[in-house]
Amino acid sequence: MGRGGRLVIVGVLFGVAVGLVVFTVMAFIRSSPPTVDFTTGHQAGAPVDLTVQTVGSIGFGPHPTWVSYLTETPGGQWVHTTLWDLPAHTRINVTVLQYDGGSPLRNQHWGEVEGTIGGDAVLNGKTFQVIDSNSGNGVGHTFAIPTLGISVPLYADNGNANLCAVAPCTVKSPHNLVKFSFMTPGPGDYPWQCFVPCGLGYLYGNGGPMSTVGYMGGFLKVVA
Amino acid sequence: MSQGTETHHFRRLITIWVVLAVALDLVFYFAVGPHVPPGKMTSSASGAQFDFTVLFLIALPVMVAVWVYWAYALIVWRGSRAGAMEPEGGPKARGHLGIQVGWIATTTVIVLGVFIFGTLELIVPAGAGGGEGPTPIWTPTSHDVLPVQVIGQQWAWTYRYPTFGGFESRQLMLPVDTTVEFHVTSLDVIHSFWAYQLGVKADANPSQDNIAFTTTEQLGQFTVRCSELCGLWHGAMYNFGRVVSKAQFFVWAQSTQRQSAVNTKLLPPFSYTYVPDANGADGGLYPDNVDPYSKVQQYGATSPSK
Amino acid sequence: MALDMRESIGADFSGDTAPPGPRVRRLPKWLGPHLGRALVGAVGGYALGHFLGNSIASGYENVQGNGQNDVATVLALSIGVVGWLVGAGMLDYPVAKIFGREPLPPTPSKSWTRYFGPALDHKIIGLQYTVVVLLFFFTGGLLAMAIRTELLSPTNHLLGPGTYISVVSEHGTIMMMMASSIVIGPLGNWLVPLMIGSRRMAFPRVESFSLWIFAAGYLVILTALPLGGFPTGWTGYAPLQTQATAGMDAYLVGFAVIGIGMICAGFNLLATIINYRAPGMTWDRVPIFVWSVLATGALLTLATPTLVAAGLFGVLDRTAQTAFYVNEHGGSSFLWENLFWFFGHPEVYIMALPGFGIVAEIMPVFTRKPLFGYRIAAAGMIGVSLLSFFVWQHHLFQSGINPDMRPLFMLTTELISIPTGFIFLNTMGTLWKAKIRYEVPMLFALAMSFNFLIGGISGVFLSDVPVDVTVHGGFFVLAHFHYTIMGGLVFAFFGGLYFWLPKMTGKTMSERLGKWHFWTMFIFFNFTFFPLFLVGLLGQPRRVFEYAQNLQTLNDISSVSAFCLGASFIIFVVNFVWSMFIDPKPASRNPWNSRGLEWQTPMPVPPYNFTRIPVVLADPYHYGQADAREVADLGPRTLALTGAVASEAPSAVGSHETTGEEGSGDPRPPIA
Repeated sequence: MGRGGRLVIVGVLFGVAVGLVVFTVMAFIRSSPPTVDFTTGHQAGAPVDLTVQTVGSIGFGPHPTWVSYLTETPGGQWVHTTLWDLPAHTRINVTVLQYDGGSPLRNQHWGEVEGTIGGDAVLNGKTFQVIDSNSGNGVGHTFAIPTLGISVPLYADNGNANLCAVAPCTVKSPHNLVKFSFMTPGPGDYPWQCFVPCGLGYLYGNGGPMSTVGYMGGFLKVVA
Repeated sequence: MSQGTETHHFRRLITIWVVLAVALDLVFYFAVGPHVPPGKMTSSASGAQFDFTVLFLIALPVMVAVWVYWAYALIVWRGSRAGAMEPEGGPKARGHLGIQVGWIATTTVIVLGVFIFGTLELIVPAGAGGGEGPTPIWTPTSHDVLPVQVIGQQWAWTYRYPTFGGFESRQLMLPVDTTVEFHVTSLDVIHSFWAYQLGVKADANPSQDNIAFTTTEQLGQFTVRCSELCGLWHGAMYNFGRVVSKAQFFVWAQSTQRQSAVNTKLLPPFSYTYVPDANGADGGLYPDNVDPYSKVQQYGATSPSK
Repeated sequence: MALDMRESIGADFSGDTAPPGPRVRRLPKWLGPHLGRALVGAVGGYALGHFLGNSIASGYENVQGNGQNDVATVLALSIGVVGWLVGAGMLDYPVAKIFGREPLPPTPSKSWTRYFGPALDHKIIGLQYTVVVLLFFFTGGLLAMAIRTELLSPTNHLLGPGTYISVVSEHGTIMMMMASSIVIGPLGNWLVPLMIGSRRMAFPRVESFSLWIFAAGYLVILTALPLGGFPTGWTGYAPLQTQATAGMDAYLVGFAVIGIGMICAGFNLLATIINYRAPGMTWDRVPIFVWSVLATGALLTLATPTLVAAGLFGVLDRTAQTAFYVNEHGGSSFLWENLFWFFGHPEVYIMALPGFGIVAEIMPVFTRKPLFGYRIAAAGMIGVSLLSFFVWQHHLFQSGINPDMRPLFMLTTELISIPTGFIFLNTMGTLWKAKIRYEVPMLFALAMSFNFLIGGISGVFLSDVPVDVTVHGGFFVLAHFHYTIMGGLVFAFFGGLYFWLPKMTGKTMSERLGKWHFWTMFIFFNFTFFPLFLVGLLGQPRRVFEYAQNLQTLNDISSVSAFCLGASFIIFVVNFVWSMFIDPKPASRNPWNSRGLEWQTPMPVPPYNFTRIPVVLADPYHYGQADAREVADLGPRTLALTGAVASEAPSAVGSHETTGEEGSGDPRPPIA
């Protein structure tokens, strides 16, 4: 086979290799969940309302049995993501609809409310600073931004009740309503996570959804 | 004739080496030495700084010797040089007992010297800030020891102060001029507590107590990072701590103790190790016979002696 | 039925005549064992394993809870590997023997297709290894580019944190798997029989098996990415390993598979070197590269089983809910650490020793002087090999080990630097009053020494426990091992490739492109990794996607240089592909004018290397001696054994090249 023929073969193989690499790169970059934008149309100084829900099993997607957070867009739709664009130096009013059961906390330290405005949070209308996770229904999940010192425990629903098993859940299912507020700092990406080891079937409960952005961990992307 | 040229090359090499090595060592000692990481905030940090400096002062002449020789050889004996002589083979080129013995002797002496130095530096100043497991080889002679438990969990550090009622806090404040006894443990996977400016690093293992000592000497802020890959947010598992005056420390400790009194009552009693539930909150991996923070200490966990 | 012993006694096997006996029925060539059939076997095995795993484990409580069936993944990967090996024809011989039949020797072939199937000729296997090793290396390198891209900024993130640690883990694992065989596979297999005057390896089928399972390991570890990646880094630390999602199974199975290949390659090389040396090849005439392979083979055989066992425990923990690594149920999180590093430390010497061997082998050729301190070099390699089993706890100084052990392991670690330092004595002595030719292989050998000096000295800092408190687990140790493994082994590998490819393939690589490749690789390698020493000293831990703002400049210097370093390999690939495939130019028989025995064979090297087992007369380092003997008596070439052999005989014999430069020193006429 002449030189030209060999060049063609090498060229084709090279093209295939490049194609594979580009495909892999794109797959990785596009595998991130979408970001919900709370900054467009936001007036400086006005607070932002962030509503999220926690469910015991997401019910769809590649991991239907995994627990997850979902976010409500400003337009009122529930999206399966944990990435938010928030404006800097703004008061964020968070509402959490907690649809999941719970248990005692591995580290009861996370039963204390920290870093919110006023140092407390509101559960079903009543203000609280500490939840004893060894009593009652326990704690289902927490909402924590460790680098900002914010942590709020989310009281659990009764495990024996008919809990919602497919997201997005509606208020018809048993739930607890938790409200609190915090101030966003300057621009940057701040990781947030849950501190309840709620990954069912994983060692120490911290695998699976706890270790995957989009389920039990995410980013606050604070933009100027 | 060849004997003459041998000593001629040798003398040149030694001269260049001595001059360069001494010069570079002096430059390093005076210009870089005071800034060698991790600084002087604690005894273990100063010790690490001193050790690094000494090792570098020894290593630099060694490296310079090799570099000087290579530069000389690669220039003087390059084949393209005008008048390059044919190399002589034979037994003389295959080995030289004096040089070989000398090399082995010199490297052995340097290595053993470095070993003795390292051991002394490790043992004398209280373990040099490294984690020593549950039975450290040195116990503090001073009575002014502050025990601090460092709890690693996925993915944050929390700190418990047993001498202040066992409150747990996300902040690490330490008083100056105090020997601190860190008890590092984990509630899930292996983490590593690395307080950079304190010169302390100790792995956090589940159900194990890893003790590291240091004595604070200067005020300032320090960074705590996790240095053992522990999962998704390993890179975000950091916080800042402060070394403050003793008075400030007491004010902070007592006020935090007061403020978190409600939650502290709900925490399990202070212990050097905890036996967390390997199943997690929802169970399902192993038979569920170990409750989180079980009051029954199992598998050799020690109960607090203080 | 008489056994055909001609292979074993080294009798001529011309390959063109069919063996006597009844006509053998073979499968048509396209159904015969080859890469395509291996891929089909792999896919089929994967599907079968997955199906089996699902039928076994779908009902398990934790599988229903997390939606992840590790039993299925492990079985799929394992049976996929078995399918791959069956497809490649690895089981043909044992199965035939089990059923009492005579196994068919592979169809001799002169076409390019012989490189895509199982082979008994160690030279073909060496070339197959070269391609697989380069594939591994470039895949790992692309992942490294992704890592350095992410680390350009501490706050702007290209990859999510989970993706980032999966990329880091994949890069490290691919590179370590590749590096464990980067020299032993291609160059060890190709060169060792020729260097010791043997016609073959001790266990040719085992050698072929080790190649195919090495390639299988590559595919297994690649499947980790679509399975979701694994979060533990290449060190795979225990409870996190048990907690991880499905990609972790690919890591455990992949390492077990590569480990089996390493063990096989190891004992094969050991047996070959010990038993197949030609008459006259006493231990003090064995080439230094063969000594390094011997020392490495011992490590491969003795240390790797620990890894396979540790991986098995990990698989059991993840699938059968055993608790080897789980503290709370009777196991220990320390167990994996210790088992892994008991393998892991000899593993890094598996990587360093062949590099020393290549450099020591190349330098005499380009300095035209004998190797200085041959006995010390060999003793040093054996010493490193032995001592490497006694140092593993230096990876665990702060992990809570018994504190009395720390000075002990500090001592052994520092002692191992003595035999490691012998390579510098050897190379420096070889340069003394030499006549140095700066051709591409020599440049790589010198660069290896330069890089390894920095890497080795930084190791002394790490072995000192108080300093280790600052530098462990950060970028300092990362720079250390990149300097030793990449700066040492990979540079030596490329030097060896440039040196021996003319012999292995009969084609020359472009000298000009080679020099461009060398200088860009060397300069940008140092600019990539030297700043990382400083970054580590300034407090950045390993495997983090966020770091302190003030370290951004250093990280950016490193990242930009890393991109340039990656680009330098394009020069190599262009050179390699052009010279080997597109427009090959034939190489002369001994272009570097080396006295090594492997260079005295005709070109192309005949299937059984030597027409007659040579009688070795001297070691290959008698440069600079006017009355030096030739390295071996290769026997009369003009005897007509069979027509095919006579046509391959070269016209000149002896250890000198009549058209080459002076210096090899033997002006005697060729033996008639």
